[in-house]
Amino acid sequence: MGRQTPLFRLHQELGARMVDFGGWDMPVQYSSQIGEHHAVRRAAGVFDVSHMCVVDLKGARVRAFLRYLVANDVAKLKVPGKALYTCMLNAQGGVLDDLIVYFLTESWFRLVVNAGTRDKDLAWIRSQAGAFATEVTERGDLAMLAIQGPQARAKAAQLLKPADAQAALALEPFVGRELGGWFVARTGYTGEDGLEIMMPAEDAVPAWRRLNELGVASCGLGARDTLRLEAGMNLYGNDMDENTHPFESGLAWTVAMEPQERAFIGREALAAIKKGGSSKKLVGLLLEDRGVLRSHQKVIAGAAGDGETTSGTFSPTLERSIALARVPAGTGERVQVDIRGKLLNARIVKPPFVRYGKGLVGVTS
Amino acid sequence: MSTVPADLKYTRSHEWVRALPDGTVEIGITDHAQHSLGDLVFVEVPDAGRVVKAGEACAVVESVKAASDVYAPIAGEVTAGNPRLAHEPEAVNTDAYSAWLMRLRPAPGALAAAEFMSGADYEKFLAAEG
Repeated sequence: MGRQTPLFRLHQELGARMVDFGGWDMPVQYSSQIGEHHAVRRAAGVFDVSHMCVVDLKGARVRAFLRYLVANDVAKLKVPGKALYTCMLNAQGGVLDDLIVYFLTESWFRLVVNAGTRDKDLAWIRSQAGAFATEVTERGDLAMLAIQGPQARAKAAQLLKPADAQAALALEPFVGRELGGWFVARTGYTGEDGLEIMMPAEDAVPAWRRLNELGVASCGLGARDTLRLEAGMNLYGNDMDENTHPFESGLAWTVAMEPQERAFIGREALAAIKKGGSSKKLVGLLLEDRGVLRSHQKVIAGAAGDGETTSGTFSPTLERSIALARVPAGTGERVQVDIRGKLLNARIVKPPFVRYGKGLVGVTS
Repeated sequence: MSTVPADLKYTRSHEWVRALPDGTVEIGITDHAQHSLGDLVFVEVPDAGRVVKAGEACAVVESVKAASDVYAPIAGEVTAGNPRLAHEPEAVNTDAYSAWLMRLRPAPGALAAAEFMSGADYEKFLAAEG
């Protein structure tokens, strides 16, 4: 049996099918994965993301520490509450994890890292923090709910007192703030508008029930995966890991090579890769034939060589199969994917596939 | 609770088998199987004329989550794959026992030699599987 979030019993009560995810017993779906997916694209859904790891970093030199620790530059964070998506790299430029950094005060930043990498990340962060006298605290006392969809903010705001609700609705994208003892942020992993709320563990069950009463659908990790893939968002462990670097993972936009004088872990390795040009790239695939793309299928790109899908699924919004794939840099627009020995035609497209409920890639069907 | 009609035969890999009046058999996946798989989004059925061995993977059902093989419960020749499932894979979720995947003409003696479970036995099998 794995670790359980404060919502474990409620998930069972709601009839969720539970699966192991990164050592946690998590709900994969409640009734229909596709139904949950559409609920988020069309109205609102709530996800238990309490398995993700919240880490508070405190100290006078915490900003300097983070400028060294992660590949994006937290100097970009100027307004308290502002968030930044970044990779944390090893010295070879491999991705140890992807995470969100929140700037709370000049001596307090907050990270949200993946569940499956929790122990590795904490050990790594602690091993680097000493030189910057930064205190590292895992916030196991917090639960986290993600409320996502076009109606999500309006529904979630009803959990708050009127003044706090107004403040929550006024949050800019990728900004969070403390409201009524909760940390409320306008972030997510679905390609829809929404909020992610960190709250004391004991608040999670009543909040979830209230959201259900307000018509917010309980959604599992299954729908979370199809939503994030439609949104063109990477999943750590699938689309990148310690053996891949950001430039071949569709994450160049998260690496701040400027200013040049900023030393960060992995910088030298990335600079060398950048100079020579990355030999591979991460792209979106849209399957033109019938079938379903999955991870680890061979992608045949003619003279350019072969690649591999890193995540694949059936897109409920497009009613087509989509995937992310790592392919040779010279890959053209048309490829074939080997699915159980059959070569099916696919087209390279630029993710995201879906944003705010609308398909973005030309689908002819 | 999944339904298990008493008039069908069952395999340990969760296929159902229905004897048709013309001597062929119709094969599908059970309600339990469709429930475990979740929303089906793609079904690949064999072409008529294909000769299959007992236990041979001859159809694929894919849900949003994963792909699963469907095995021929007995040896024989495929007389039809269900064309409806190409555009309506969710029919297997809606009614697993009417959404057949394939029809098979059993090889001589194959039907008599097959070790199928009755509906009651399959229910016990499911209970034991947990």
